Amino acid sequence: MQEPLFGSVDEVVERLAGAGYLASTAVATTVFLADRLGKPLLVEGPAGVGKTELARALAQATGSDLVRLQCYEGIDEARALYEWNHAKQLLRITAGRDEGWDQARDEVFSEEFLLPRPLLKAIRNPDPTVLLIDETDKADVEMEGLLLEVLGDFQVTVPELGTITAQRRPFVLLTSNATRELSEALKRRCLFLHLDFPSPELERDIVALKVPGLDATLADSVVRVVGALRTMELRKAPSIAETVDWARTLLALGADTLDEQVVETSLGVILKYQSDHRKAAAELRLDTLLS
Amino acid sequence: MTASALPGRLVEFVGSLREHGIPVGPGETVDAAAAVDVLGLADREQLRAALAATVLRRSGQRATFDALFDLYFPVAVGAAESADKPLDAAELREALVAALAEGDEARLRSLAAAAVEEFGRYGNFGQGGSGGGGAGGMRGWSAYQALDRVRPEALLNRVLAAIRTDTGAFGDAVARTEARSRITRYREAVQAEARRRTAELRGRERIAHYAVPPQTDLVSFTNATRAQLAELRRTIQPLSRKLATRLATRRRRARRGQIDLRRTLRRSLATGGVPMRPAMRDRRPGRPELVLLCDMSGSVAGFAQFTLLLVQALSDQFSKIRTFAFVELTDEITGLVPAGAADPEGLARRILTRAKLTRWGMSSDYGGSLASFVDGWPDAIGPRTSVLILGDGRTNGGDPNLDAVRRIADRAKHVYWLNPEARSSWGTGDSAALEYGRVVPMHECRNLRQLTHLVTELLPG
Repeated sequence: MQEPLFGSVDEVVERLAGAGYLASTAVATTVFLADRLGKPLLVEGPAGVGKTELARALAQATGSDLVRLQCYEGIDEARALYEWNHAKQLLRITAGRDEGWDQARDEVFSEEFLLPRPLLKAIRNPDPTVLLIDETDKADVEMEGLLLEVLGDFQVTVPELGTITAQRRPFVLLTSNATRELSEALKRRCLFLHLDFPSPELERDIVALKVPGLDATLADSVVRVVGALRTMELRKAPSIAETVDWARTLLALGADTLDEQVVETSLGVILKYQSDHRKAAAELRLDTLLS
Repeated sequence: MTASALPGRLVEFVGSLREHGIPVGPGETVDAAAAVDVLGLADREQLRAALAATVLRRSGQRATFDALFDLYFPVAVGAAESADKPLDAAELREALVAALAEGDEARLRSLAAAAVEEFGRYGNFGQGGSGGGGAGGMRGWSAYQALDRVRPEALLNRVLAAIRTDTGAFGDAVARTEARSRITRYREAVQAEARRRTAELRGRERIAHYAVPPQTDLVSFTNATRAQLAELRRTIQPLSRKLATRLATRRRRARRGQIDLRRTLRRSLATGGVPMRPAMRDRRPGRPELVLLCDMSGSVAGFAQFTLLLVQALSDQFSKIRTFAFVELTDEITGLVPAGAADPEGLARRILTRAKLTRWGMSSDYGGSLASFVDGWPDAIGPRTSVLILGDGRTNGGDPNLDAVRRIADRAKHVYWLNPEARSSWGTGDSAALEYGRVVPMHECRNLRQLTHLVTELLPG
């Protein structure tokens, strides 16, 4: 068992805040547990609530290296684990023309020609590491099988080199947008955290932290309007990222209060669909302006 | 709670989760115990987060989890310490207006506790109780009764007056949505408090069994409340996206792989019979077509409306979707469905007013409807069409017209019947479900989970 990263839940909150991430009790507790129990952490939730940001802040707060594996459809072992540098291998073979087969073989499959990809990199890293496996749900099911093996034992077998075991277990964070149900086997090995929209107080603090120039009362109204929008049935409810973007836009526009005119002109920053735009305008009584 | 009682409590809690359809294995229980061991019991919110992280596996389970957590790991025993001192109804409402206007969550919770304490009691508690519900020794705490006295909805205008700002119509609209959601939260707090107090009296397991609402995807379409329907609608969008990605991968996989032997041989002639470049078989073109036949009569309208929303979301997955609705007659409503995207609540109403579905009443006539469909749109169904029939198959004693269904089945590629009634009641009374079920495959489809399963399994990939 290696030294845990955090001493208490409060310490998690404090150190993440130091890295510019304001964590709720749920987030801090789950991170603390993942660290203590040595389990990967699966973070699910709508886009833009800070899943990837959490990994970045964790790395910064604990002084770890951040290794990121971005998943996509069709990602395979070669992209996730390791590859042999074929071009370099060929060069090596043509350079040493008069050596025997045995010698050439031993030379060619050595460390020098190995290209480590994120998973292998994270496992071999002797320093503290945060391994972020982003958008796990985009990868194919076969990839999940590979992850199970790697995350279960934290070791990788390269046939020509033997088994490489982690000297230091990375802190693993998987994210998912829940577009596809991940396999039960993978979920069972992880702690589960559903990141949702934050409470108004927390969101206000986040806006204040990310957009320091913004007037406090304006920040307050921004959070209130976004909160009101989230209670409507929209195709895409605005998330924290959009709240922050909106706050930045308002700062850039030089708005000092949030009135119909300002909201009407900048609503496009937080709403991404025409139908949502129409619906929000109707419910917020912005239509009186249009007529 | 002492540490020695904890394992037992945890096991009971997990058992109750299982009963509500959240599968928690023994491995998860052990994890949960380990988490409690690391964290201790000092902070209730940390405990909640720790248990959620270890036993839950998907997002939709949270509401059920929270309700059960409050029962098994209650904030207090007996009257909540944080509850306000005795208030009469007027005082309570006064305090509630202030708390709602400020959005003070802690104060809302303590006022909820006060409301249950003051007005929620029924049955004989020794001193007689203030409510009238004393049905022979039954006693407990009723959220309904408490809310009936407090009437939080009626406070809306006073709350609005209290938070009024000078930002005009727009500010009012924002304040209104805020006030509404706070009132909803207050209602939920009262309900949770009443559940907790009743659980103390009548045993935790009983209350967990009866009073905790089921997960959204297990709520039956036909008797969902308004709030549950709204929740269901929210889940539709991700569901359709989920289906879309699934279909896309399936189709892509079908494209690669298969070698066309004849063309490979032909090509190999150029290289002296050595197949240098294998020719792949072309993907079979075309996306499937879909025809929907929806029963829009009173008894199943909620279900049909909901299914239409799914169809709307899926429309880009099919090259052609045609939607038909029927009550006594069948009419095409393909044009009405996409227009309903902005206003799902009004969709059913619009369909009933715009399309010609009835002659006299609102009771369904399957025989007549099916006949008018087969006669009126003979070209709607071709060899590439999948047909979905949505309805309970209750003919009101009329002729089921099995022949029409047979004719549809003969022409279409697939026909599936989705029935929102429980399988056990098929064939009872005026239901012709079993007869139809012999002609085309019929599936029970009462909740989102069954629907998800059906659509993922049935859709031709």
